[in-house]
Amino acid sequence: MPEIKVTPLGAGQDVGRSCILVSIGGKNIMLDCGMHMGYNDDRRFPDFSYITQNGRLTEFLDCVIISHFHLDHCGALPFMSEMVGYDGPIYMTHPTKAICPILLEDFRKITVDKKGETNFFTSQMIKDCMKKVVPLNLHQTVQVDDELEIKAYYAGHVLGAAMVHIKVGLESVVYTGDYNMTPDRHLGAAWIDKCRPDVLISESTYATTIRDSKRCRERDFLKKVHESIERGGKVLIPVFALGRAQELCILLETFWERMNLKAPIYFSTGLTEKANHYYKLFITWTNQKIRKTFVQRNMFEFKHIKPFDRSYADNPGPMVVFATPGMLHAGQSLQIFKKWAGHEKNMVIMPGYCVQGTIGHKILNGQRKLEMEGRATLDVKLQVEYMSFSAHADAKGIMQLIRMAEPRNMLLVHGEAVKMEFLKGKIEQEFSVDCHMPANGETVTVTTNPSVPVDISLNLLKREMALGGTLPDPKKPRTMHGTLIMKENSLKLVSSEQALKELGLNEHQLRFTCRVPLQDPHSDPDTLHGIYLHLKSVLKGYTIQHLPDGTVMVESIVIKVSSSAEDPNTKVLLLSWSYQDEDLGSFLSTLLKKGLPSGLC
Amino acid sequence: MAAHLKKRVYEEFSQVVQIPQEEAPAKKLRLSKPSKSAALHIDLCKATNSTDALQYLLQFARKPVEVESVEGVIRILLEHYYKETDNSVRLKIASLLGLLSKTQGFRPDCIVDDAINTLNNEKSHQVLAQLLDTLLVIGTQLPESPTVRQRLIEMACKHLSDSYFGVRNKCLKLLGCLGTVDAPLTKDNEGLGTSLGLCRGVRDVQSIISDYFGDQDPRVRTAAIKAMLQLHERGMKIHEIIYNQACRLLTDDYEQVRSAAVQMVWVLSQLYPESIVPIPSSNEEIRLVDDVFGKISHMVSDGSWMVRVQAAKTLGSILQVSPHFLEQTLDKKLMSDLRRKRTAHERAKELFTSGEFSSGRKWADDAPKEKLDTNTVYLIASGACGAFVHGLEDEMFEVRIAAVEALSQLARSSPSFAEKCLDFLVDMFNDEIEEVRLQSIHVLREISTHITLREDQLDTVLAVLEDSSRDIREALHELICYTNVSTKECIQLALLELLKNLNKYPTDRNSVWKCLKFLGSRHPTLVLPLVPELLSTHPYFDTPEPDMDDPAYIAVLVLVFNAAKSCPTMPALFSDHTFRHYAYLRDSLSHLVPPLRLPGNGLDLVDSRCSSGSVESAQLFLQQSLNRVSTIQNLEAPGAQDLLNFTIRDLRRLGELQTELAGAADFCATYLRCQLLLMKALQEKLWNMAVPLCLKQNVTATAAAQQILEETYKLEFLYSGLESRQVATIHHVRLQAKALQLVLTARTRQGLDPLISSCEKFLQDIESFQRLFLAELPHLQDSFVDKLLELMPRLSSCKPVETVKILQTTLRQSGLLQLRLPEQIHRATATIIEPTGESDNPLKFTTGLVVALDIDATLEHVQDPQNIVKVQVLYPDGQSHMIHPKPGDFRKPGPNRHRLITQVYLSHTAWTEPSQIEVRLLLAYSSSSTSLSSASPASKLGWSDSIDSLPQPEAAVEGTIPFSKPVKVYIMPKPARR
Repeated sequence: MPEIKVTPLGAGQDVGRSCILVSIGGKNIMLDCGMHMGYNDDRRFPDFSYITQNGRLTEFLDCVIISHFHLDHCGALPFMSEMVGYDGPIYMTHPTKAICPILLEDFRKITVDKKGETNFFTSQMIKDCMKKVVPLNLHQTVQVDDELEIKAYYAGHVLGAAMVHIKVGLESVVYTGDYNMTPDRHLGAAWIDKCRPDVLISESTYATTIRDSKRCRERDFLKKVHESIERGGKVLIPVFALGRAQELCILLETFWERMNLKAPIYFSTGLTEKANHYYKLFITWTNQKIRKTFVQRNMFEFKHIKPFDRSYADNPGPMVVFATPGMLHAGQSLQIFKKWAGHEKNMVIMPGYCVQGTIGHKILNGQRKLEMEGRATLDVKLQVEYMSFSAHADAKGIMQLIRMAEPRNMLLVHGEAVKMEFLKGKIEQEFSVDCHMPANGETVTVTTNPSVPVDISLNLLKREMALGGTLPDPKKPRTMHGTLIMKENSLKLVSSEQALKELGLNEHQLRFTCRVPLQDPHSDPDTLHGIYLHLKSVLKGYTIQHLPDGTVMVESIVIKVSSSAEDPNTKVLLLSWSYQDEDLGSFLSTLLKKGLPSGLC
Repeated sequence: MAAHLKKRVYEEFSQVVQIPQEEAPAKKLRLSKPSKSAALHIDLCKATNSTDALQYLLQFARKPVEVESVEGVIRILLEHYYKETDNSVRLKIASLLGLLSKTQGFRPDCIVDDAINTLNNEKSHQVLAQLLDTLLVIGTQLPESPTVRQRLIEMACKHLSDSYFGVRNKCLKLLGCLGTVDAPLTKDNEGLGTSLGLCRGVRDVQSIISDYFGDQDPRVRTAAIKAMLQLHERGMKIHEIIYNQACRLLTDDYEQVRSAAVQMVWVLSQLYPESIVPIPSSNEEIRLVDDVFGKISHMVSDGSWMVRVQAAKTLGSILQVSPHFLEQTLDKKLMSDLRRKRTAHERAKELFTSGEFSSGRKWADDAPKEKLDTNTVYLIASGACGAFVHGLEDEMFEVRIAAVEALSQLARSSPSFAEKCLDFLVDMFNDEIEEVRLQSIHVLREISTHITLREDQLDTVLAVLEDSSRDIREALHELICYTNVSTKECIQLALLELLKNLNKYPTDRNSVWKCLKFLGSRHPTLVLPLVPELLSTHPYFDTPEPDMDDPAYIAVLVLVFNAAKSCPTMPALFSDHTFRHYAYLRDSLSHLVPPLRLPGNGLDLVDSRCSSGSVESAQLFLQQSLNRVSTIQNLEAPGAQDLLNFTIRDLRRLGELQTELAGAADFCATYLRCQLLLMKALQEKLWNMAVPLCLKQNVTATAAAQQILEETYKLEFLYSGLESRQVATIHHVRLQAKALQLVLTARTRQGLDPLISSCEKFLQDIESFQRLFLAELPHLQDSFVDKLLELMPRLSSCKPVETVKILQTTLRQSGLLQLRLPEQIHRATATIIEPTGESDNPLKFTTGLVVALDIDATLEHVQDPQNIVKVQVLYPDGQSHMIHPKPGDFRKPGPNRHRLITQVYLSHTAWTEPSQIEVRLLLAYSSSSTSLSSASPASKLGWSDSIDSLPQPEAAVEGTIPFSKPVKVYIMPKPARR
C-alpha cells in the first residue's frame, strides 16, 4: 500500500516556525519554512538536520512551498536555502514573492543591526534566495516535475496567502497554510473545490474559538474609536506592519469617509509604505468590493490616513495613530503609549494577540501601574480595549473547509496541543475521518488506497455493452473479460486478441485433460452411449454430440472411453477441455466421478 | 448545448466560405419571391454541398413565413431532410421545423407524424436532441390534444436511454413540459420497463424523471430536477417520495445541480410542510419543513456563491418553519444539536457560551473555566445554526443582500424573530457596500412595526445618521418615522442625534423635521416629561426667547407640537412665546405642525374648524361648489362670471388648506378658469361689432383661446388619476378653444386658403375626438361636441365660411359641461430643494468651460419621471437649455414620490457681473402618445398599431409644462486667463 508521510519540523502542536515535510509518492516536499518568534537561539529555526546531517538539502527535497509572507512561515527561508543549502525550486504566489523579501530584510536588520547577532543571513543571501523562487498563480496547475504537480487556492488571511494542493499520481495532500473562512474588509474568504485529498493539513490556531459575527466586532471597534474621537481623545492602535493593519486602515478610512469625520489618522511609516504599494498592485487578490471599485478609486490609496511623524504625538486635539509593533514591547507604539497613557480620554486598542511579558499583555490583564526601565512607574489611565481581528479560521471555519474539501484524513498543525485535542475529537466525530496531530519531529504515516485508472479499449467496451444490453448502471459493478497490459507507466485493458496482436505473441491453446476411472461392466461404446444419455439428461441446453469416432463432445469438451487391460470393468474416461470452458469442464469431471446412474442402459 | 452546436455549424461553414460567396447575393433575390416554399425548394435543390444548403437555410430563417405557406415549407424541409446526409444541415432543418411550428395561427398536428418518423430514423445524437426540441415546441403548441401529447411522451421515454446527454436532457425537458401525472404510462412499458430494468408496468412521469436524479451526467441531473420543477409549475402535485433523492442532490459535486436541488427541496417543503421525516442517525422525527429549512440553511455556507444566493433567497420564503429553528439561524454559537433538544442542553448552552469558546471580543475570555462535556457540542450542527450569520458575513454582496431580504421576509411573519434579528440588521448598517446598507435600513423599516428599539439599539441605529450618503440618511429618517422606542431617554437621544445631523447636513432639514413630526406623534407620553427641558422653560425665571429661524429650534417645536396633539396636558407647560411660535409655524409649516386645541386663544376657533372631520367636510364643500357652478346653464347669465370667479377663489383656498384635496381642488379651479376665459371671450358685445372695430377685443379673445389651450394641456398631463371621462371633458374644452381660434382666424384674416386648411384640421379634430371618446359620448349630451356631431354631415360638406358661422353659434349656445370628480386626483408637483437660491456667493467658473450644478428635487405624483421630467436652465440673456436627466438620477423613496438628484452642466460666455440664472423643472408631454395612455392603457397599443394606415388623428402637440417654482442661482463666468 502506498503511504504518505508527514513530519512537522515546526508548528507541530505549536504556533510558530511552520515547517512540514511531506513524502508522497516518492517525492519529498517542504511546506513553509518559518521561524519562531519566541526564541533567539537555534530553536528559532526548524531543525534541518532532521533531513540530513551534513551536506545540502537539494537532493533530499523536490520542492519547497511557501504559503504566505508571515515570518513564521517564511522566516527561515534564506537560512535554509543559502546557509544550509538548497537549490531546488521554491514556490510562492506573486504577492508573497513581492512582500516576503521586505519582511526578511526588516527581520535581518533588527536581528543583526539592533541585536548585533552574527552568523545570520545577509541581504545578498535574501536576494539569492528569492532568485530561486518560482511564482504561482491561483488555480494554476504547476508541474514541478513529471509526476509532482501543485495548485494554489485562495486562502484569505493576508494578501497572497494560498492553500496548496499537492498531487503525485492519484495521491494528494492539501496544505492550508493560514487561512480565513470569513471575508474581511480587504480580503475574501478561503475557498477550495471538492478535491478529496488523502490528507488535509490544516492550521488550527483557533481550534476552540467560535467567533462572534465579524460585523459586530467591527461595529464595536468603530464605535469605540468614534466615541473617543468625539470626546477629543487620542486613539492608539498598535499593529504589526502587514495584514491586520491594512484591514483596520480600510475600515477606518471608509468609516471616516462615510461619517465625514475630520480628525486625522496617522500611520507610522517605514516598511508599511512599501508593503502598501504592493497592496495597491495586487488588487486581484483582494475582496469583491475592492476589486470592483478600484477602477474609480483604489481603496489602498488612503485619503484620510497620513504618514506619522514623531512630533505629531504632541499635537492637540483628537487623532488616531497606527503604530508598530503590535505588542507594545518596543519602538514607536511604546513611545506613543507612554506619552498618552496618563490621560483618561485617550484609548489604546489592542487588535491582536500579545505574548506574555509584553506591556500589551500586562495592560490587557488590567495592570494599571507599569514599571518602566529606570524604576519609573507609569500610571495607566487611558482606556484599554481588546478587539480580536485575527484572520485565522475559527473552529467552525475549519469544519467548513473540511466539508468543502472532503479529505480522507486530517492532520492538524499550527495550534496548541490542548485545543487541537478538542478539535480532533470533533472532527473524528463529525466526519468520521482519521485525524492526526503530530508533534515536532513525529512522523505520521497515512496509507492510501488509490484507485488505479485503466484505459479500456473502446471495442472491448462496446462489445461488453452489447452483451449487457442497457446503459451502464453506476451502482452495479459488472465483470468483463479482457487483458491488462502494463506498459511504460500506463495501464490498458484490451481484448485478448488485441493484446496478442500488440505484443506479437502467438495464441496458445491451453487444454486440461483428466482421467476419470469408472466402474462399468458394459463395453466401451455402450459406456460411451450411457454417458451420452446421462449427460444429455443433466445438461439441458448444451449441444452434446455423439461422434462416430467414439467420442462425445459437449461444446468443446471431448470425452473418450478406454478400458484398462487388467480389469475390463474399470473404464477410464478421458476428458479434455480448453481453458475457456474451464467451468463446464470441471463440472463434468466432478459429475462423472460420481459414476453413472444405475438405471441407465 | 445549442450554442455548442451552432458553433460547430459555423465552424464547418467557415471552412468553405470562399466558394459560394459570389453566388450568395443572387440567391437572396430569389428568396424574396412571393412563394416562399417554391423558392426554398429551388434553393435547396440547387445546393450542391452542405455548406450551401446551410447558408440558404440560414438566410431563409431570417425572414418570417406567412401562416398559409408554413405547411408547404415544412413539407419541403422534411423532404430535403430525408435526403440530407450532413448532420449540420439536418440539425438546422430540425431547428427550423421548430421555429416554423411556432408561427401564430399554424396548427402543427399535421407534422407530428413526420417529426416522430424522422426521430425514429435519426442516428446523430445532436440532431436527435434538436428534433426532440422541435417536438417540444409542437407539443406546447397543441396543449389540448392528449393523443399527440401521449405519443410525444412515449417518444421521450424511448429516447431517455440515449447515451448522449443532450438527448436525455431534451427528453426530460419534454417530459417536464408535457408529462401528466394522472395518466400513467402503461403502454410504453415494453421499451421502457426492460430498458430500465424495472419490472413494474405502471410508471408515471414523475418516477421516470426521478430515475434520472442519479444520472451520471450532472447536466442531465440538473435537467431532471428542472423537469420536475416544471411539472410543479404546471400544477402537478409532486410526490413526496422523491424527497430523499432530492436531499441527496444537495451534496452533489456540481453547483448547478445543488442550486436546482435547493429549489426542488423548497418546493417539497411548501407541498408537504407537516409531514414527518426521520433524522438519520437517531430515532427522532421532525417536520419536513423544518428539515428542509435546516438543509437549506446548510447550503448558505456552500462553496459556490450562486448556490449561496439561491439558498439565502429560498430561506426567506420558508415561513412555516418552527420558531426555534428560525432562531437558530441567528445563533452561530449554538452548537448543540437542537433537534434533540432537552433542558440539559439548555444548561449546556449557557455553560458553553460562558466558557470553552472564546468570542474574540474580550481578552482571554477563552481561559478555561469549567470543563464541559464536549460530546454535547457539535461544531457543524445539522440544524440551521448561524445560517444568517454566515449569509450576512458572506464575501459576495449578492449573498448578503439575499440574506437581508430573507431576514425581512421571515421577520415580517414572526415578531419574535424580528426582535432577534434586529442586532444583525443593525450590524449590516456598517456594510462596505452602500446598496447593502440601504437595503438593511429599508428592511428594518419594514419590520419596525414589530419591534421596539432599546436604548443601545437605537444608539447604534442613530450612529448612521452621520453617514455622508444622503440616501442612507434619508432612509434612516424614514426608519425613525416608523420606529417605536421604549423610554424617554431614547426620545432625547434621537432628538439629539437628529439635531446633530441637522447641524452637519443642513440640507436634511425637511427630512429631519418630518422625522420628528412622526416621532412626536408616536410617543406623546414619552415626550411629555421632556417638554420643560426641550423648551428650556424654568419654573421661576423667564428664559430668553429662542430664535424662530433656527432650524434646530423648529425641529424641537415640531416634536413637541406633534406630541401635544394627543396629549392635552402638554400646552400648559408652554410659555407665551411658544404659543406665538405655534401660530407662526402652523401657518408657515402647516404640513408639519398639527392643529392644536389651545386654551383661551383665538386659534381655537380656527383650528376646530379644520380639525374635526375636515376631509369629509372639505369634500362636501368641493362638491357643493361644483354643483353650484353647474347651475349656470346660460353663459350670458348675469353673475355667472362672478360666481365662477368666487368659486375658483374658494377652490384655490381649499386646496391650500386641505392637502388631501389639493389636487382635486386645483383641477376643478383650473377647469373652471378655462370656462371663465371661454365665457369672457364669447361675450355678446364682442361678436356683434364689425371686425375692424374690435381689434382689441379680438386680441384678448385670441389670447384667451391660447391660454385655454395651454391650461387644457396642463389639466391633461399634470394631474394623475384622471379617468377617461375627465380626459374627454378636457378635450372637449380644448375643442371649444380650437373652435374659438378658428372663428377668430376667420374674422381677422381674409385669405381663404389658410381657412380651408384649418377648417379641415378642425374637422379632423372632431373626428378623432369622436373616435377616442366613443364610450364617453353619452355623457356629453347636449354639449358643444354633441351638437357639432349632429351637424357633422353638414359641416363636412359646406364651405369654410359657413362652417365658421355654424361653429360660432354652436359655441355660443353650448352650455357649461359639468365636471365630475374622479376618486383620487393628484397634481404633479416638484420642489427643488437644492440649489436653495439663497446663496449670495456666485458660482465662479471659466468661460467656455462647464460647471456642474447639483440639483436635488422631490417630485410627487409624477408617473414615469424618467421620460418626462426635464430640467430647464434659463440664462439672463434669454438663452435656455433643456436637460434630460439620466434615468439613474431618479430614486423612488416612496409611493408616488420620486426624487431627482442630478447634476446639470452650465456654461456661458464671459460676463462682467455675476448674475442669476433660473433653474426649473419641466414636465414634457406629447399629446399624441400620452393622451390616451392615462385613460385606457390597453387601447393604446391597438391605436398606435393602426397609425400607419389611418391618417394621424391629431397632430402631435409636444410641449412642456413648468411644474416647479424656478430657483435662482448666482453664477459668474469669468474670462479665461491667458
